[in-house]
Amino acid sequence: MSAASPLLELIDLRVEIATRHGILVPVEGVSLRIDEGEILGVVGESGAGKSMLGSAIVGLLDPGIRVAGGEIRLDGERIDGLPAAALRRIRGRRIGSIYQDPLTALDPLYPIGAQIVETIRTHLPVTADEARRRAVALLDEVGIPAPERRFACLPHELSGGMRQRVVIALALCTEPRLIIADEPTTALDVSIQAQIIDLMTRLRRERGTAFLLVSHDMGVIARAADRVAVMYSGRLAEVGPVRRVIDRPAHPYTACLMRTIPRIARRRDRLDQIEGAMPRLDAVPPGCAFHPRCPSAEARCRVDRPEPEVLPDGAGAAACWRAPGPAASVTASPAEAGAAVAARRPTVARHA
Amino acid sequence: MPRELEARRDADGRRSAPERPLVEAYDLFCHYPVATPLVQRLAQRGENRVVKAVDGVGFTIRRGETFALVGESGCGKSTIARMAVGLQRPTGGSFRFDGEEVAGRRRDGRIQIVFQDPARSLDPRWRVRRIIAEPMRASGARDRAAMRRRVDALLDMVGLTSADGDRYPHEFSGGQRQRISIARALADEPDFVVCDEPTSALDVSVQAQILNLMQDLQRRMGLTYLFISHDLAVVSQVADTVGVMYLGRLVETGPAEALFETPVHPYTRMLLSAVPSMDDARPANEGPPVRGEVASPIDPPAGCAFHPRCPMADDRCRRERPDLPVYADDRRRAAACHHAEPPAPAPPRGLARPGEA
Repeated sequence: MSAASPLLELIDLRVEIATRHGILVPVEGVSLRIDEGEILGVVGESGAGKSMLGSAIVGLLDPGIRVAGGEIRLDGERIDGLPAAALRRIRGRRIGSIYQDPLTALDPLYPIGAQIVETIRTHLPVTADEARRRAVALLDEVGIPAPERRFACLPHELSGGMRQRVVIALALCTEPRLIIADEPTTALDVSIQAQIIDLMTRLRRERGTAFLLVSHDMGVIARAADRVAVMYSGRLAEVGPVRRVIDRPAHPYTACLMRTIPRIARRRDRLDQIEGAMPRLDAVPPGCAFHPRCPSAEARCRVDRPEPEVLPDGAGAAACWRAPGPAASVTASPAEAGAAVAARRPTVARHA
Repeated sequence: MPRELEARRDADGRRSAPERPLVEAYDLFCHYPVATPLVQRLAQRGENRVVKAVDGVGFTIRRGETFALVGESGCGKSTIARMAVGLQRPTGGSFRFDGEEVAGRRRDGRIQIVFQDPARSLDPRWRVRRIIAEPMRASGARDRAAMRRRVDALLDMVGLTSADGDRYPHEFSGGQRQRISIARALADEPDFVVCDEPTSALDVSVQAQILNLMQDLQRRMGLTYLFISHDLAVVSQVADTVGVMYLGRLVETGPAEALFETPVHPYTRMLLSAVPSMDDARPANEGPPVRGEVASPIDPPAGCAFHPRCPMADDRCRRERPDLPVYADDRRRAAACHHAEPPAPAPPRGLARPGEA
């Protein structure tokens, strides 16, 4: 599968926010790929840049925020920097979106069926009858009982779980091969969340739809995703197959994060905690952004920023000087190693 | 209600060190009237409909322990939190603190609450120092130097500095704001703190800090917690005893460890199997498959409210509402289910006496 060209590829993506006090960088140096039919999880705490990543891909960044570097490729073709009209054809047609709050994704004044029909007819050359037939079939496919009857319902007449199913039907209705799902279950109760996760994995299996699944909940990622990217302070901390990242995290941030998560029926006297908080965007420390909170930080981590390096077993990559792999095999003193790396990659020092 | 009172007395009689629980809820009800649209009211002429937010709930909490209520949205857990601090009057039953009815009680600062969203429960125009001192002022403290010393001590206790006291809430992160809420709750030396989803708005690494802080403070100050949460993992970490709620009623109670290890009620089992776990990739769901949604509390299903979603439901479940068995010791396990096997295999460790029914 990895031999085929990826469905979506991010190369060294950088997003900038222009503010009165200068430029902030919520996403920096992110390179990721999603293959056909794959669910890639993106996990991180608030402010890590995970939602910004999703918005950048579909070209829905707020005014004042822009993709300032790198590339976004869909089927090998660059889609960053496309004119608005071209982007609009990609959104909805080739990339679907699901957001956290289904109420804001639906128009409160139109019946849900009409919203799906409108989306289908905007993107596909089909008759009104055919669009209606497809909409009903979709509502049925996402698990809405009596879809013919629900067709005329307004969003407020449905429960939260049903609304999120409608949003998923809306994202699916033009048969995109990629869906960006930003915290799709966060607003839902656990029993509904489980049903929505099952629905996503079923759609992947039956239709081969790929998902970029953004979530703060490692449990959701573990149940749904094939691979996971862990973000910290706008950068990738590590990426890899979901089981490997959970069982053998290569980045200290991932390792610490896993230990802070309480688990059912595994009560500990105290939870492990990571001291402090993720740095604000205007105060990202030099070197590795995690170093002030990292239990194994050393001199080099305070000066040089590590880039994601492929792990020796090929099971993903980690951006840490201490992670096993090419970076850790440097046997020189920390200062020399830092200099060597800086020479290898001349663009290291970004923060004065 | 009287049955439970008697049961408690029996249990006290048999215990070596009889002690009245600090918090007692007996047969609590909270029914809200629903405003029906005028046309419907004229057409139906029926009696006014009510939301049965809380529909006959009883539990007790011993001094220094944590009782957690867990359940999905609309199960009534937050209504109970509001009744516990006197913000909502029960429409039936009784909620007592230290033997006194909470509803008519003079506010003396012994019961405090920490809300879910610290951004909305702290006055944005007040400095932190004034926010934290407010409960002391409310109960009549006037010595400004003493209050200042006390606020400094509280800030230190929750991991903030004295200088932080002179700043405003917006200058803090979510986790720090929740620390301020906790400092405020502790200012007047309460005995009982109601925590309504205190970490639900926080990131996991910050959640761990706050949960640890709350546990440390409990040990140091002997606090009693009523902990409300939808997050079973969090509850499993903090609670001594757990009550699982569904549509306004308790469906299962018991010591946290035993309840999560061997859940008895089909709803508890469904909840536990629904929580996505990090431990195993796509586990073959052990519990019953998750289906359906919570019914409306205005018109709950007859019989057992969970029956439309329950894989074990039979005619009796559709007809007859199962009650939580009266239990003599609040650490014993109980499940309101016609099909519940007595939770035999793993008796609560060292707490239950076998043979006591």
